Amino acid sequence: MENDFIIKCIDSVAQCIIDREDEIESLDRAIGDGDHYINIKRGSSALQSIKPELEDIPTNEIFKKIGMTLMTSVGGASGPLFASFFLSVSKHIEEGDNLQKFSQAFALGVESIMQRGKSKLGDKTMLDVLIPVSEKLKVLADDSYEIKELTKQIDLVAQASVKATKDLLPTKGRAAGLADRAIGHIDPGAKTCQLIISTICYELNKT
Amino acid sequence: MKKFINKTDNFIIDSLKGFAKAHDDLVELNLDPIFVTRKKINSDKVLLVSGGGSGHEPLHTGYIGKGMLDVACPGHVFTSPTPDQMISAIEYCQPKNGVLFIVKNYSGDVMNFEMASEMISVDHQTVLTNDDAAVINSSYTSGRRGVAGTVIVEKVVGSLAELGGDLTACKKLGDKVNLYSSSIGAALSSCTIPAAGKPTFEIGDDEIEFGVGIHGEPGRKREKIKEASLIAEDMISVILKDFEEKSLNIKDSNGVLLLVNGFSGTPLSELYLIYNEVSEKFSAKGIHISRSMVGNYTTALDMAGASITVCLLDNEIKKHWDSAVMTPSLRWGNEDV
Repeated sequence: MENDFIIKCIDSVAQCIIDREDEIESLDRAIGDGDHYINIKRGSSALQSIKPELEDIPTNEIFKKIGMTLMTSVGGASGPLFASFFLSVSKHIEEGDNLQKFSQAFALGVESIMQRGKSKLGDKTMLDVLIPVSEKLKVLADDSYEIKELTKQIDLVAQASVKATKDLLPTKGRAAGLADRAIGHIDPGAKTCQLIISTICYELNKT
Repeated sequence: MKKFINKTDNFIIDSLKGFAKAHDDLVELNLDPIFVTRKKINSDKVLLVSGGGSGHEPLHTGYIGKGMLDVACPGHVFTSPTPDQMISAIEYCQPKNGVLFIVKNYSGDVMNFEMASEMISVDHQTVLTNDDAAVINSSYTSGRRGVAGTVIVEKVVGSLAELGGDLTACKKLGDKVNLYSSSIGAALSSCTIPAAGKPTFEIGDDEIEFGVGIHGEPGRKREKIKEASLIAEDMISVILKDFEEKSLNIKDSNGVLLLVNGFSGTPLSELYLIYNEVSEKFSAKGIHISRSMVGNYTTALDMAGASITVCLLDNEIKKHWDSAVMTPSLRWGNEDV
């Protein structure tokens, strides 16, 4: 994974978050407390501000810096969850790793989110996008798919899983207080994860 | 949105600067990262550290001072603070006898304080407050929320820590006060997060949200507004049921502390009216109110509404509730600063 590409993704993700403000905000106002967009945007802006520091450091250091920056800027529930993901990936990734290695690090990152949030698949959280994506990524990486086909399939899984959070009953986070009143609403944390993944797929497709 | 704001991004900083200046005899503000400490730090006592999203003032910064908190770490509005705030504050205070974190039970607060506690080397314990009886199926969800009962925990444990109680004793007392406290709230309006610029939820002119949380999270049910007496009746029945489920006898105690808390958009006259309703109904049920507090102690920005918190008072809790306290927002007992 090249530093330039990660930096490019930081910009594209930040732009995508800004472009989708209304959608993220209205999802969070429906079943959360209305601060998700603000927190995510604060995180993506903080990452943009450290771009110069990311230019010449090893891959694992990039992930560590991203994790620490998110940890100290985002707050809320998403801050520690995203931070745990990137800090965990930083421990399991090395310069020049192939896709298969990356998919393993990704899976361990997702696992660290599960531990930090004490959550699992089906709790109507970001994990309902991340777990299916991680599993798909592992299968595709093992079968050494072409990058174009791989990104297309990952994007499809992310899109389908975020839609499926509509029917789930929330058991974690602020939405949990709503219980069945939250059914019919997409989870905002799952939505931002899908947006980030879809944006990275789009960027990968261009390379 | 109509608020006294310069720039939305600077809302919390600008407000904290004013707070620190107004109470410069008691507190000190650190800016990068943000934390507030007592003016005179006593590193020999157990360091009481709380924090959480802003917007609930005076919780937690208003409760810093002798007999209560040592440190508060405010986050952005309704967003938990980040671990670096707690870590820096603890490094700054150099506690010799451990740290007690007092954390309201919200996923964000729990995780950020957890990350902080993993990164410090000093002895520490955490009291998680979850006095909100509105949340049902607590074993199924991430649990009950910490609301106005947190103030009582901070006051009572603050007294013990001031008198030299050790970390284990402080943790134990904090857990007990939390268990002995139950709260339920109702909102008459939504609230507006400055950075969002619009109300968190929609609510009709003739509706109330029963069981609302202090961030405008929806509660148990949306219903038509009715006489205050009937709303108080509903609140009391939730509280009584909660004590019953906790197997605590609300009558078999030294009386209770009744806190009628405003979310900040409801006038004191209405809060006293609620107090009157609750006290009459308690009296009819043989429940003795031996301590009272009425006012805006745990708020939700500009939300109109109120909550009631009942805390059972045993001798230990009563003693520490009555002891001297000197903070910006709670002060009694003629204690020196």
